[in-house]
Amino acid sequence: MGRDRGVSLPRWVFVPAVIGATFVVLPLIAIITKVDWSHFGDLITSDSSRAALWLSLRTSAASTVLCVAIGVPMALVLARTSFPGQRLLRSLVLLPLVLPPVVGGLALLYTFGRRGLLGHVLEVMNIQIAFSTIAVVMAQTFVALPFLVVSLEGSLRTAGHRYEVVAATLGASPSTVFRRITLPLVMPGLLAGAVLSFARALGEFGATITFAGSLQGVTRTLPLEIYLQREEDPNAAVALSLVLVVVAVLVIGLARPERARL
Amino acid sequence: MLASRFRNAILTALAAVVVAASLAGCGSDKSKSARTTTLTVYAASSLTGTFTELGSKFEAAHAGVKVSFSFGGSSDLVTQIEQGAPADVFASADAGNMDKLTAEHLDGRTPKNFASNTLEIVTPPDNPAHISSFADLAKKGVDLVICAAEVPCGSAAQAVASNAGINLAPVSEEESVKDVLAKVTSGEADAGLVYVTDVKAAGATVKGITFPEASTAVNTYPITTVKGSKNLTLATEFVELVLSSTGQTVLADAGFAQP
Amino acid sequence: MSLDFRARVDDRGLDVEFAIAPGETVALLGPNGAGKSSVLSLVAGLLHPDSGQVVLNGRTLVSTSDGTDLPPHRRHVALLAQQPLLFPHLTLRENVAFGPRSLGRPRGESRNQADLWLARVGVADLAARKPAEVSGGQGQRAALARALAVDPQLLLLDEPLAALDVAVAPDLRHTLRQLLADRTALLVTHDVLDALLLADRVLVLDHGRIVEHGPTREVLSHPRSPYTAQLAGLNLLSGTWQDDHVVLPDGTTVHGLVAGPPPSSGEPVVATFRPHAVAIYPDQVAGSPRNSFDVQITEIEPLGDLFRVRTERLSADVTAQAVVDLGLAAQMPVRFSVKATEVAIYGL
Repeated sequence: MGRDRGVSLPRWVFVPAVIGATFVVLPLIAIITKVDWSHFGDLITSDSSRAALWLSLRTSAASTVLCVAIGVPMALVLARTSFPGQRLLRSLVLLPLVLPPVVGGLALLYTFGRRGLLGHVLEVMNIQIAFSTIAVVMAQTFVALPFLVVSLEGSLRTAGHRYEVVAATLGASPSTVFRRITLPLVMPGLLAGAVLSFARALGEFGATITFAGSLQGVTRTLPLEIYLQREEDPNAAVALSLVLVVVAVLVIGLARPERARL
Repeated sequence: MLASRFRNAILTALAAVVVAASLAGCGSDKSKSARTTTLTVYAASSLTGTFTELGSKFEAAHAGVKVSFSFGGSSDLVTQIEQGAPADVFASADAGNMDKLTAEHLDGRTPKNFASNTLEIVTPPDNPAHISSFADLAKKGVDLVICAAEVPCGSAAQAVASNAGINLAPVSEEESVKDVLAKVTSGEADAGLVYVTDVKAAGATVKGITFPEASTAVNTYPITTVKGSKNLTLATEFVELVLSSTGQTVLADAGFAQP
Repeated sequence: MSLDFRARVDDRGLDVEFAIAPGETVALLGPNGAGKSSVLSLVAGLLHPDSGQVVLNGRTLVSTSDGTDLPPHRRHVALLAQQPLLFPHLTLRENVAFGPRSLGRPRGESRNQADLWLARVGVADLAARKPAEVSGGQGQRAALARALAVDPQLLLLDEPLAALDVAVAPDLRHTLRQLLADRTALLVTHDVLDALLLADRVLVLDHGRIVEHGPTREVLSHPRSPYTAQLAGLNLLSGTWQDDHVVLPDGTTVHGLVAGPPPSSGEPVVATFRPHAVAIYPDQVAGSPRNSFDVQITEIEPLGDLFRVRTERLSADVTAQAVVDLGLAAQMPVRFSVKATEVAIYGL
């Protein structure tokens, strides 16, 4: 069987490419070499570690669901409609991509915190967000949402709306068109976006520590636990880092074949 | 872990830039005294204000000497020194971290205690939860923020609580005393436990409430010269300055107590 | 099932008014940018007119005077485009069943309906395939089945054969011809054959205005606009099929290649060939090829770097050299000859 050769790349491209790959892979190897394997099991199954991992998985899953629930409509509006100020709105929505997460955390604090913009309203309704697991989910959603919106908006634009037009002329209502045509067509993009969002939520640190605080089982996610353990027990921190890396690789790996197939 | 490595790398790089810049400065500026020597001091971040002031005094007294500081969490600084960071002097916020530095890095000297710090209750200026005593912190409905047990200010808080027989139920256990302070200044928390010096530094943005139970957990600050220092004489002189009456006055003004 | 259309779209320079009678198929001809697609979009509800109204079967689809504007999915107007645009994630059966399902028919009934229509367009055996697993022609057939499965009050066809291989277009044209027989349809095309074989009437659109209209043959045989004249340049001869050749009303025989399903003897057919394919000989030439026509030149006009030699029924495109060598001039009797391989024969 012949191989598709395509057009050759200039040879020099491989030098920076290899340097880049090394730059990314080497630190991962460094972590693995630092792991204290004889105590690895104990380190990652301690109460605090398990609580942190479980909390991270739960909150990341919740924020991914939230990202999908509000990100899909946002991407649809951005990709399928036009209105004045749309470009500005898109830039603003994507802002958390470039914003330092700590700034995101501060912004959330100034919005939903006790003395924040909505603080008084929330207090009247007897809702306290700070220091709760909800705050963790909100911080993660805030930083992860743009990944889903960007990914999905790209898919929507690539898919175009010709199929949607055909479906409409066949008598399908806008909701039917969305459910049976648009959504299946952009599913690969949506999946990719959801995976990216989940991975981003899993690694979220700055906004969480600023907005949600840090308490075992409630707000102390895996990255916060790693940061804390590093003070007292670097071995535990290394072991947990490896767990985080493995979870992230698993998530991306599981979603990858799906993307390639479609 | 990755984050801390990265930060260490940046700190080391910054230190290198500072050293390089000062070396370059001495090369180009020949009209001044023959050489500029840089003394590198690694100190706990709670010492930022006092040590910067003492550094200026030290430079004024030693022509041609520049004092360069690296402030950070004590455990981070220990890690960096162990990785070969070019520290001449190390001042830790607690004995535990100082003890982590093995004999190999300690130059055979015994670290000297130069200051101590105790906990103080901190609340927003209007004290919304009406805290007036340590026991009040355990009241229902008080959003209390303390340091995590893994860091010195957290272990101190745990010690005070257990000595007083009071069960604290914080809403958050932060990674550093600065994070605790930030939660209180932003009004998210009703009260926090920080060091006396932190309350003093925060000024009018918070209200400090001292409490007698704090004396059961006193945090002692040790200082030492580091083995391998190329400026051992200067390093020793800096340690002496910190221990001198001048040094002690500066520290006392910032709220530190005698060791 | 009649359509009354009147619309103006200012920024596209479109101002058009026409009607389609029940069961009639109207072809909309015109050069690129003439506004053909805009007309379809206006009917389908994808474009809003600056003024005008479109009434289908007594139902107002859009009217700028009373503000009516039905969304596309309430218009009962199906669209067959140049590309099949079959939903890639659904099988052909699911594609065809999509319309009936969307209109609220039960699942089983929709599937049966789909299978019925797939059989009518001749791709019943491909029902379980995904669009990526069928050819362009098969896909377009399924797309036709999908459009018809909703029983639209008006079928819009946007150059439905333009993207197909010349080898499969005639077959599908034949299928379309059968299925459009008593449907109300609006066909946008560039191809005079489509107009001739599928439409009862043509509208010629140019620069946003209708410049010619009338029964297809009439418009094509007496073109008044340059566009129609160019379009009508294709030589068309009607006759009947006899054994293996066409017999014209005057008894002349024409041999050629049958495009599409083979006609049976006595069936009406048309033979077509391009003016390029015609060779001109002086009147009394010996040894004639299979297809030759004795004609009298009516007109010679330049056409790019060629000359078009017109006769009453036929046209030939020849080089300037040939005009000089043969001394061609109006009123001169000549013989047109065409190789059988250049003649395409279509059953009607």
